[in-house]
Amino acid sequence: MPDVSGMRFSESHEWVKQDGDTATIGITEYAQSQLGDVIYLELPTVGQQLDAGGRLGVIESVKAASDLYSPVGGEVADVNQELKDHPEYVNQDPYGKGWIIKLRAIKDNPKLLDEKAYDDFVKGQAPA
Amino acid sequence: MVVTAERTPLYEEHVRLGAQMTNFGGWLMPLQYTSIREEHRAVREAVGLFDLSHMGEIRLKDDAVAQRLLTRDLTALRTGRVQYALLCNDDGGIIDDVLVYAVADGGYLLVVNAGNQDSDFDWIRSHSPDGPVFNVGREWALVGVQGPRAVGLVQRLTPSPLDGIKYYAFIEGRVADVACVISRTGYTGEDGFELFCGNDDAGRLWRALLEEGQADGIRPAGLGARDTLRLEAGMRLYGNDMDDKTNPLEAGLEWTLSLDKDFIGRDAIVRARQSGLDRRLVGLKMLDRSIPRHGYRVLRDGRPLGVVSSGNVSFTLGYNIAMAYVPPALTEPQTRLEVDVRGSAAPAEVVSLPFYKRPHPK
Repeated sequence: MPDVSGMRFSESHEWVKQDGDTATIGITEYAQSQLGDVIYLELPTVGQQLDAGGRLGVIESVKAASDLYSPVGGEVADVNQELKDHPEYVNQDPYGKGWIIKLRAIKDNPKLLDEKAYDDFVKGQAPA
Repeated sequence: MVVTAERTPLYEEHVRLGAQMTNFGGWLMPLQYTSIREEHRAVREAVGLFDLSHMGEIRLKDDAVAQRLLTRDLTALRTGRVQYALLCNDDGGIIDDVLVYAVADGGYLLVVNAGNQDSDFDWIRSHSPDGPVFNVGREWALVGVQGPRAVGLVQRLTPSPLDGIKYYAFIEGRVADVACVISRTGYTGEDGFELFCGNDDAGRLWRALLEEGQADGIRPAGLGARDTLRLEAGMRLYGNDMDDKTNPLEAGLEWTLSLDKDFIGRDAIVRARQSGLDRRLVGLKMLDRSIPRHGYRVLRDGRPLGVVSSGNVSFTLGYNIAMAYVPPALTEPQTRLEVDVRGSAAPAEVVSLPFYKRPHPK
């Protein structure tokens, strides 16, 4: 079981983990399993401002292209460059080396779910 | 209205293997078991196992009707051989693409696309109201064994010598003690077989191939990998790359036409050739990392002039590829075009099809 302690989740299946004034963002295990093989990510550049719940980028799997949304607002501080050559990390380790971006100057989003609430939310989703 | 997807006789096997299922052409089929990338690689490098039981089979015993409905001259097709051909409508539009098997007890077996099997049957029946035509797709299971190790694997399970079966030929025999039609055909660009057997025997055949194939690195492969494999091999997918508004010349399938015989659609196709085509199917290689997909617009210097019919990553080649319809003047290899990917003009160039050819064809 991956360590998701301290993470919060969006209903669009992103996770965010705040560490001091930096927030790391990725997609959930459920999201990666639904997408299947990730082959490309279209991501913002460092310095760009994102709104909480605003469009973060696009994630493409063999099956389809899907929008990514930022669970919190802030300024892009870092982008996972490893994903350019290894998009499969998002499938293999969505909460670890498959992280997507880091934000600073964070504007929090009170609508995010904790682990229990997110699990219940996923269980309520119709099976794909 | 409740729409219920049909299940193949291998449905329980897919569930047991943990497959993600999807509705394809009215059939509940495995999309992937573990990973499309891994399943794709297994077929290119080892061997993959496919459930193709959703495909339709139509038995057509009347030679004259077959000659009238199929685009290819079948008189030269010897018993035990297979041909790729088309069914066209009066306007020359493609109703379906099919494999024609010349079977021993006379006439033909057509293997047709899953979603078209009932409409194909109705079409054929309407041209042969009282003739010997039978819709037998739901009586047959079909299992694909594809990849460089496929022939060796199947050979270990059958007393029939397989070396003598040429590409696009078939025999009757037993595989894992199951009575089969053993056909050297496929939709992946690799060597291998498609095995037809009765529904009741399908599970036994499937499990025997999986077990014996362990030593070869076999993987069950779903429709996801089937699609990325056929795209690399430049094989058209009915419904994506062609439909009843597409004529065979546009789709680059002139090699399936015997224009010196009379068949339904022939005159319209000849007229289209004389008046010139508006579009033709080409291969595109993406020059950046954008992924082209069905329905995306093709541009030239920013102006829209075509459309992507199929596109995805090519796991084997390491870049992204598409098939697209563009004006005939822009079909020369190395012609630079763009694909509109979410509002950005992604650079692409025309390449010849297929994108991928296996290294040592038999």
